[in-house]
Amino acid sequence: MSELRELYQEVILDHNKRPRNFKALASANHIADGHNPLCGDTIKVYVDVEEGIIKDISFQGSGCAISKASASLMTTVLKGKTLSEAEEAFNLFHELVTAPPDEELDAEHLGKLAVFSGVREFPARVKCASLAWHTVHAAINSKDAPVSTE
Amino acid sequence: MTVTEEKTSKTSAFDVYALRKEFPILSETVYGKPLVYLDNAATTQKPQAVIDTLVRYYTTINANIHRGVHRLSVLATREHENARKTVQKFINAKGSEEIVFVRGCTEAINLVADSWGRQNIHAGDEILITHMEHHSNIVPWQLLCERTGASIKVVPVSDSGELIFEEYEKLLSPKTKIVGITHLSSALGTINPIEKYIKLAHDAGAKVLIDGAQSVPHIKVDVQALDCDFFAFSGHKVYGPTGIGVLYGKREILEAMPPYQGGGDMISSVTFEKTLYNALPYKFEAGTPHIEGAIGLGSAIDWLESVGIDAVAAHEHDLLEYATSKLLEIDGLKIYGEAKEKGAIISFTLEGIHPHDIGTILDQDGVAIRTGHHCVQPLMDRYCIPATARASLACYNTHEEIDALAKSILKVIEVFS
Repeated sequence: MSELRELYQEVILDHNKRPRNFKALASANHIADGHNPLCGDTIKVYVDVEEGIIKDISFQGSGCAISKASASLMTTVLKGKTLSEAEEAFNLFHELVTAPPDEELDAEHLGKLAVFSGVREFPARVKCASLAWHTVHAAINSKDAPVSTE
Repeated sequence: MTVTEEKTSKTSAFDVYALRKEFPILSETVYGKPLVYLDNAATTQKPQAVIDTLVRYYTTINANIHRGVHRLSVLATREHENARKTVQKFINAKGSEEIVFVRGCTEAINLVADSWGRQNIHAGDEILITHMEHHSNIVPWQLLCERTGASIKVVPVSDSGELIFEEYEKLLSPKTKIVGITHLSSALGTINPIEKYIKLAHDAGAKVLIDGAQSVPHIKVDVQALDCDFFAFSGHKVYGPTGIGVLYGKREILEAMPPYQGGGDMISSVTFEKTLYNALPYKFEAGTPHIEGAIGLGSAIDWLESVGIDAVAAHEHDLLEYATSKLLEIDGLKIYGEAKEKGAIISFTLEGIHPHDIGTILDQDGVAIRTGHHCVQPLMDRYCIPATARASLACYNTHEEIDALAKSILKVIEVFS
């Protein structure tokens, strides 16, 4: 059970059960759709950017516990951040889920995101965890086409 | 809650434990646990007999076929063509020239859509498929429609996962040129009563293509008795190698069709002005084929017939009934696909838990299942679900493995409680 508990940490299970900012956002000026064709996960991310700062952010969609919790936690991390801080968080998350399993991670630097460090042990699930981040990245950079993990 | 008595496969006459020893991969462990392989609708494992055939081919007779006068080429050609005859007998085709080797079921359907479709489908025509088709029996027809201006009509599926025959009758019309229908649904397990669908299509003047990818390993197929015009299946789902599949077509239909791909082997003579095409089935087999794949498929069929497809089907049916009652004891578990006639496929969901999470947790126990949309997105939409978890059984699965599956599902529920 220990590897499973690494992946399905309490925080992740909690965000899956009670996702934060799980709604449409009327004030959003950046919206993007994300889709993982392999498993059918879909997500819509709404971002309200004002003067270079993410004033509000939300998401809707359906997916597994990992993808839902990742989206939920992402919204709590990004709210109030500048766009360059958001970009930094995006890169940090990407490194976190793709780092070799034996690499030491700086938990302090990762903050709340550290709960996803177990994902790298499960290569089949990395895309689930990354979908929301790729989608918000596309929303902020206003790419029109839906984001796909493929 | 009724409790199903735990059963072992020893109770059945079929000696599954002896049979398992023929599959070397089944003694592998996953994370230190015995492999419980329940993803057979995706691909089956291979018996030693098939593995040995592939090794023997490369160690003793490897050569290109149909072109060399040397000894090895003669031997390789003979084995390749013997494999074709094995396939012919297996599905009871009238002649071996009606057996075209392709990469798999997907390529077989693409070949028909491309070659037969190019000649026979025009603007305003209709192609009739069903709501339970795999993407491989949807997309080639859509591509054909885009090219020709024809359109696709879809036979609906009932809540229990059966095709609605009355709706099929209504959808068939003089505009219908071909009907594409799966013999055994990969996602629901439904076995379709294709005989009556074929008969009705012929009465309406339409041709019929049967997607037999899932049925061939479990049901004795007789293409002459079925009277289907095309029948497609993949080698790797019937204990053979990947990358080899079969398109059966009635001779007169195949003869009238233009070639699919151009190249070597499919010609009888080439000048820059005009090329004469080779006879059936070579007209459709351009280039050096998957020689060892075809020979390996022949060996897989020989192996399956030595075990006996009826014995396999009876064992799988027994397992299916056991698994169905065992899984239904689990609170919050819902099975999709409750057709009266079913193959050994169980698609299920757990309330409040996404199939992907089920798949990951089962995997940690060594239990391999498929999760996702199973390449039948329209069918998932029909049941308003994004995905299911699917356990699909084969001849080598046991009652103990079903117990392992059920136990692991309970662990999923525990993790999420």
